[in-house]
Amino acid sequence: MWLDPRNPQLNKNGELHHLLSLDGLPADVMRQILDAAESFVGVTQRDVKKVPLLRGKSVFNIFFENSTRTRTTFEIAAKRLSADVINLAIAQSSTSKGESVLDTVANLAAMQADMFVVRHAASGAPYLIAKHVGPDIHVINAGDGRHQHPTQGLLDVFTIRHYKKDFTQLRVAIIGDILHSRVARSQIHALTTLGCPEIRVIGPRTLIPSDIKSLGVQVYEDLREGLKDVDVVSTLRLQNERMKGSLLASGQEFYKYYGITDEALAVAKPDAIVLHPGPMNRGVEIDSSVADGTQSVILPQVSFGIAIRMAVMSIVAGNWRG
Amino acid sequence: MKIHIKGGRLIDPRNNLDAMHDLYLAAGKIVAVGTAPAGFHANRTIDAGGKIVCPGLVDLSARLREPGLEYIATLESEMDAALAGGVTSLACPPDTDPPLDEPGLVEMLKYRARNLNKAHVYPVGALTAGLKGVQLTEMAELRDAGCVAFSHADVPLVDNQVLFYAMQYAATFDIPVWLRPQDASLARNGVAHDGQIATRLGLPSIPVSAETAALAVILLLARETGARVHLCRLSSAAGINMVRRARHDGAKVTCDVAVHHLHLSEMDIGYFDPHCHLIPPLRSQRDRDALRKGLADHTIDAVCSDHCPVDDDAKQLPFAEAEPGATGLELLLPLTLKWAEEDQLPLPVALSRITRDAADILGIDAGHLTVGADADVCVFDPERYWKVEPASLRSQGNNTPFSGIELKGRVTHTLVGGLVAHEA
Repeated sequence: MWLDPRNPQLNKNGELHHLLSLDGLPADVMRQILDAAESFVGVTQRDVKKVPLLRGKSVFNIFFENSTRTRTTFEIAAKRLSADVINLAIAQSSTSKGESVLDTVANLAAMQADMFVVRHAASGAPYLIAKHVGPDIHVINAGDGRHQHPTQGLLDVFTIRHYKKDFTQLRVAIIGDILHSRVARSQIHALTTLGCPEIRVIGPRTLIPSDIKSLGVQVYEDLREGLKDVDVVSTLRLQNERMKGSLLASGQEFYKYYGITDEALAVAKPDAIVLHPGPMNRGVEIDSSVADGTQSVILPQVSFGIAIRMAVMSIVAGNWRG
Repeated sequence: MKIHIKGGRLIDPRNNLDAMHDLYLAAGKIVAVGTAPAGFHANRTIDAGGKIVCPGLVDLSARLREPGLEYIATLESEMDAALAGGVTSLACPPDTDPPLDEPGLVEMLKYRARNLNKAHVYPVGALTAGLKGVQLTEMAELRDAGCVAFSHADVPLVDNQVLFYAMQYAATFDIPVWLRPQDASLARNGVAHDGQIATRLGLPSIPVSAETAALAVILLLARETGARVHLCRLSSAAGINMVRRARHDGAKVTCDVAVHHLHLSEMDIGYFDPHCHLIPPLRSQRDRDALRKGLADHTIDAVCSDHCPVDDDAKQLPFAEAEPGATGLELLLPLTLKWAEEDQLPLPVALSRITRDAADILGIDAGHLTVGADADVCVFDPERYWKVEPASLRSQGNNTPFSGIELKGRVTHTLVGGLVAHEA
């Protein structure tokens, strides 16, 4: 086995081979990705936006679950690295014919893929795939169930670093549906790894996982208490189905108690920034005046997302010489 | 056939025996312990020097996948696995396809098993028709066909009125009811213990209250109906405490634990290892320690293999989608020995939990070496290490969380009805 069994996303030299989770990703690797992304921000602002780091490589976007934004940003990132990109929306094809995940992946590997960008509705699916591909194929997790969305977590800390510089002085609040959120789990691990001293999660008890404190966060049930004096406000998307089941009463009540409005934001630090992974439910988890306001960094997040994905792809491919 | 098992350490928990004794078998029965009967001339002598001679093991839960699921495993392969593990009597749950809900099916299974001439099979019948939770099965007729108890396997029985009637009806005929306590709605969609690991890995979880809420209902209904209830595969410290308290208050319930749960916890899921997707879920280390202690102090009566052969195709899936279960028949003995050694318990106590205690729950005359009893015997080398891997297992569904691990204790001879049925 060429991978480290204790941390199967690293090879035996401690280098990033797959990106599966930010849980256990060493701080130096995380900083390497952020620094690489910094240099790609420059590239994406040039007239000629391409670099040849992945020339001749084939990147397969395998999406077992629908996505527009993440798939598109991965596609743009791969193209800017000069890779060939093949998009597969498996949600509509093979698995509906009864093919297993591993069979699908084995078939694609036989088409000489170099990299798989995988999204799947089941937590852990990218681990299964990474375990069964050959040593020349790299797997990037583009979101697995409730588990992780590592490139999103990385672009979020990249955005935070861009505006706030030093993690060791920050107070960050993550608000909403923590239970079902792979984004929240990714952010928490990224922030703790980079030395953020205070991470708060805010939400009703039905949306907070039972042992969340073991991840090194503090739990708040009251929005205003939780937002007091924070530097970063990270809002999460509330899935439509949550508003119908028995976890919540209604979107309206959620908005009243946990929606980020100007008035709620007023208790945070005056220079606090507001993040959202998109797509937003305006009037549910966030008010339009905040989403479009001066403290919002939601659109810069999207641009940085491309740079982060370029950085991750070049590093796992072993082609980054920063 | 006369067999002389010579020079072993004989442990027979039922008869309080732990000494260097020879064992003499003739015509399928145990004819003497210690000294040979007059005129005994063995056709065969088994050298048990350095080995332990004990009653054939009794397993309270082994899925044989017949009828209906032969693509996963067959009666032949799993009965071979039983013998290789020293198991000579086993109970099989009713969740076959179709479920064991008609006397004809039970008779066929008994007939097939008898013709294989291997371990004794004791079917557990379905509590409701098709395990659908609506209509009771013909329990009395099924008992006459060979069912030793009735259960709902791992299929949710959501309607408490049906459960109440099923227990009343079973009590009428003094038929035991075996139930694995799990509230179906509290466990809905869950695949892992509601704790640190499920939180970290983002796995839908099953809270401890799924077990304790169901236990509360079962204990109340047992008291009200007078049914003889056995609780299958407890998983939590809170659950054990409830049983301990209920017994203290006079409840006549028994319970067991799966052998995997004595050694593993949620931590072993690691990076989504589907081999650790088990029913009930592996819980916290504290729960595991409570199970070990409960088995030692006899709050938990017995330990079972919870043998569930699962093929590779069903396991090589993302954790939540992978079929739960692990092979266990061949690991029951070494894993029970490992528990005893780690917790410094005397061997007779450990062996009791997989022989006489399990036989008592089944209500069968087995699990002891009394003169005149059927000669079901297990001889094992307590010091021999072996590596758990597909090649070293007979079971056709050879997936197990212990794959690749060296375990101590290997069966060398299994005798059923006075004949050597397995030799290694």
